[in-house]
Amino acid sequence: MLKGLGSYKKTVIFVHEWALAEAVISTILTVAKEEGAKEITEAEIKIGSLQQIEVDVLTFAFQELVKHTPLEKTEIKLKSEEAHFKCRACGFEWNFNDAMSALGGDEFEAIHFVPDLVHAFIRCPRCGSPDFEVMGGRGIWVEYIKISR
Amino acid sequence: MGRVHKNFKIRAPDPRLAIIDERLKDVERIIVVVSGKGGVGKSLVATTLSLMLAKRGHSVGLLDLDFHGPSCHIILGAKGVMPTEEKGIIPPDVHGIKLMSVVYYVGDEPLPLRGTEISDAFTELLAITRWGRVDYLIVDAPPGMGEEVLDIIRLMRRSEFLVITTPSSLALKTVSRLTRLLLEVKVPVLGVIENMRITETKLVEKHAKMFGIKYLGSILFDHDLEKCVGNPKRLLGTKFAGNIKDVAKEIS
Repeated sequence: MLKGLGSYKKTVIFVHEWALAEAVISTILTVAKEEGAKEITEAEIKIGSLQQIEVDVLTFAFQELVKHTPLEKTEIKLKSEEAHFKCRACGFEWNFNDAMSALGGDEFEAIHFVPDLVHAFIRCPRCGSPDFEVMGGRGIWVEYIKISR
Repeated sequence: MGRVHKNFKIRAPDPRLAIIDERLKDVERIIVVVSGKGGVGKSLVATTLSLMLAKRGHSVGLLDLDFHGPSCHIILGAKGVMPTEEKGIIPPDVHGIKLMSVVYYVGDEPLPLRGTEISDAFTELLAITRWGRVDYLIVDAPPGMGEEVLDIIRLMRRSEFLVITTPSSLALKTVSRLTRLLLEVKVPVLGVIENMRITETKLVEKHAKMFGIKYLGSILFDHDLEKCVGNPKRLLGTKFAGNIKDVAKEIS
């Protein structure tokens, strides 16, 4: 059960969101087993804007992958987090939206696959340094899961 | 029946870590080419070993982990290829080898990554790359014993290490530190290759004996090698490749 997201009608999925969804589901199932869960009631998944994950596609992958697993009735909440950066040289902070205009399609694709590759393509807007930190909103992670024992 | 306690809230680890073993499950052997020192020929050994194993009829993957200076694609003369996206990413076939490298995505741009960023990029690559069924996954590791080598030990748990050195006392000093580390963490060390030998010396053999690891032989400095970079067919015809063929037989 996915909350707050539309359904994705494609029957074939060729994108790497599937790989990310598999990783998330595998993690939730492993943690739930380790914790002796009788039921997994809720899971919150955070999606950082840097990776530009297509939420519709991710939702479809989740819908397919949870079938016949203990996650079939789990409420999976997807929440986004804006990517933001901090320059290690001058301390300036900015967000991904500010940086997007400098990027082309190939750069977006590279960052989509491996978010850390952003370091090849953007620089601090204030001092031009390539030495900056991704402070948040990098990729995909499980914020928490709720279980019954 | 016991009482059901509801709504325990639990934090979960990095989801990418849970899927790495699954991604590598059809990889028969993982051989990591390492050296403490740069410039000793790791990439040439890793790439030529991959070509030799493929020539012997094995299915081979090659992972270039040198984020700051990838070069396996140059040695293979890879052009106009990209991974395909299918429930993850599938490395393209380059001269019979499944080659994965960040170079597909960054080209010739500098990639100024710090340690934790390298670790993140490596984890991401392992989590999304679908190698499929391969007999050998050869990993070209960068010099040193930083993030890449530590993450290989942590995340690619079936790795076997192939140590490369030159007979220079400077290289050997650093290679000794790495060898000590590998033995300390109890990972399999296949042996040490003496590369770029110019004069008769027993330095590397002594090194192998001292650490109780196999001496896999010496490779004479090959003046023709540079001309073969980018041309795998010519590369396979060099004396260097002949020596690597012996290594391939020894470890396969």
